[in-house]
Amino acid sequence: MDIRLFSSRVKVENGVAKVNAEGVYYRDLNALLRTFNGNGVKKMEIHNVYGQRYLGTDLEGNMEIDVYGTPGNDLGALMNGPRLVIHGNAQDGCGNTMNEGQIVIHGRAGDITGYSMRGGKIFIRDDVGYRVGIHMKGYRGKRPCLVVGGTAQDFLGEYMAGGVLVVLGLNLKAGECHRAKFVGTGMHGGTMYVRGEVSHLGREVEVVDLEEDDRRLLRSLVDEFCSHFGFNTNKILDHRFNKLIPVSYRPYGRLYAY
Amino acid sequence: MKSYLSPEYIVERDQDRCIRCEVCINQCTYETHYYDEEDDIVHSRNENCTNCQRCVVFCPTQAITIRKNPNYYRENANWTQEAITAVKKQAETGGIILTGMGCDKPHLTYWDRLLLNASQVTNPSIDPLREPMELRTYLGAKPDRLEMETEEGSIVLKTKLAPQLSLEAPILFSAISYGSTSIRVHESLARAASEFGTLFNTGEGGLDRRLYKYGGRTIVQVASGRFGVHPEYLDIGAAVEIKIGQGAKPGIGGHLPGEKVSEEISKTRMIPTGTDALSPAPQHDIYSIEDLRQLICALKEATNYTKPVFVKIAAVHNSAAIASGMVRAGADVIALDGVRGGTGAAPRIIRDNVGIPIELAIASVDQRLREEGIRNNASIIAAGGIKSSAEVVKAIALGADAVYIATAALVAMGCTVCQKCYTGKCPWGIATNDPWISKRINPDIASKRLVNLLRGWSLEIKEMIGGMGINAIESLRGNRLHLRGVGLTDTELRILGVTMAGD
Repeated sequence: MDIRLFSSRVKVENGVAKVNAEGVYYRDLNALLRTFNGNGVKKMEIHNVYGQRYLGTDLEGNMEIDVYGTPGNDLGALMNGPRLVIHGNAQDGCGNTMNEGQIVIHGRAGDITGYSMRGGKIFIRDDVGYRVGIHMKGYRGKRPCLVVGGTAQDFLGEYMAGGVLVVLGLNLKAGECHRAKFVGTGMHGGTMYVRGEVSHLGREVEVVDLEEDDRRLLRSLVDEFCSHFGFNTNKILDHRFNKLIPVSYRPYGRLYAY
Repeated sequence: MKSYLSPEYIVERDQDRCIRCEVCINQCTYETHYYDEEDDIVHSRNENCTNCQRCVVFCPTQAITIRKNPNYYRENANWTQEAITAVKKQAETGGIILTGMGCDKPHLTYWDRLLLNASQVTNPSIDPLREPMELRTYLGAKPDRLEMETEEGSIVLKTKLAPQLSLEAPILFSAISYGSTSIRVHESLARAASEFGTLFNTGEGGLDRRLYKYGGRTIVQVASGRFGVHPEYLDIGAAVEIKIGQGAKPGIGGHLPGEKVSEEISKTRMIPTGTDALSPAPQHDIYSIEDLRQLICALKEATNYTKPVFVKIAAVHNSAAIASGMVRAGADVIALDGVRGGTGAAPRIIRDNVGIPIELAIASVDQRLREEGIRNNASIIAAGGIKSSAEVVKAIALGADAVYIATAALVAMGCTVCQKCYTGKCPWGIATNDPWISKRINPDIASKRLVNLLRGWSLEIKEMIGGMGINAIESLRGNRLHLRGVGLTDTELRILGVTMAGD
């Protein structure tokens, strides 16, 4: 990529690169990210993002990237380390197959957020779309965490195989329950913590009470959530939570003849 | 519940020849044979036998013969043995009947109704033993036109080419996942692909790190479960394949049962041991051609546009329209898997009833892409039970760029197509990741057998195309004039784009 092309759009000061992304094609924007990554730039600010897809895809390392505007689909897909902070809403497929890193969204996120994520954390201040946390999987030291401040649409945690999915429902009215249907359909691993009641569960899920370990984990995640968005941890935790776990790690074990 | 089923096969042992060496007992993973110390005799439990022929081949005195059980139900062209057996099995278990390998029914195999041409008198055939013959095949999107410019007196290509893969013959090893097979099978395929100069496909179970050194000859697959898909995995491969479907089970997903997810498999699939590895049929980020484009672009972005992206589908009724969408979505290579495509495990009812023959799919897809002027934008790989070099030649004449083989590769390693892959106890050490049984595959030997197979087929392909007067496989691609049909209806001939023999 020709860096000269961006001379009018990029400013680097004290290891912080500021980019004006208005009208910049996603390929060029990502090429820029890759160019700066690991080259002395610790932090990037990308302004005027209007729907550019795949931001931060496959990016390694530990750069901090602040995104202002509305990034497009597949934000941070296959990402492996960096931290993305979105000052705006994210669209579909955010954190798709993410391996490591963090995504903090000061707004809402769309469908299949955290699809098949294997590691790292995603914090979303507001609501999320359909099939969020689908195929999330934990593995050895890796435990992906996804925390949603608002509520979710149907098929939350579908085929979930590992990791932790927290839905806080902070924008629900008193007594209002989460309206997502088929929560945890096909779930065969991992844990969901839902603040408030779920109206419609998938067949493969059961609701159990939280134990001491659950509360400790939940507190640390909610603490982190609050540190990003300025809520009060105790206030959030002072409410009934439901723990959703799979009925079986082998939901389809008895499907076949011999 | 008492089973009403009688054994499918009878093990006959010539007691005069049997030396009680117990090789058969050790070789049979289904515990068919056992030794009776009191009588000093080896007996067989016929009901366990799958007729895989392992004991027959390894018996040092050729004492064993496996026969089909003559206790056949009363002859009936409609209620066949298979139909009656299936109903009884389901009545006993209430489950889905599983099977392995490709469809075993006599669905029309069009290969056998297509005949190749040869030169006689009016145009010379080429003798591949003395003349140079070119089987090298490049896979990847080709540009609409090539622009050249002269630079200091020499001609330089100005057009930027999309990434290309170079194969020494138009034959690749198709997806076989680690999990359904062992690392030894993967290693054999990887080594053979590297030695011969073709590619092997990881399937959807990821790639063991020990095989990363063969990455340049590896297609890494991405399926809905995303098992083992991480940045390094994508970087290590020569190409990335998005698996939408598979010929043996179009429209349904994959499912590796928890008992096969051992410590080793767990590392590569990146899931805990003992949990089911579920790959549902839909990729949940793909509900349209536009969504497919998004995943293709994401993978190209992830690999920095250095690798071709394949999209594999099962050949179904409207493959031609779907293929057009796939090419427009940015696929560099499209793989079509026909109704006879193999599998490690699939419901029998799906395998034998869903999909269309690959021959018709190749012809209609190639035709459609040509009509739309986008055939050069993607290569076509045909898959689905290709058994011989003649079928490779016919597939290419119908319009494919190359073929995928998997069952043929496994047969080369020892498989006898007994269709019990799903048990995970393959006595030939192939469809198993049991550490003891899988040792039966020695990658030194198996990779040699695979290279031999590719060499043999290559020699035959050269003979066949040389006979047509063609010296490069490129010139055969979509060259349907070299095909003639026999025993086909006008409609079949029209779809295949060939004329009747004698015409």
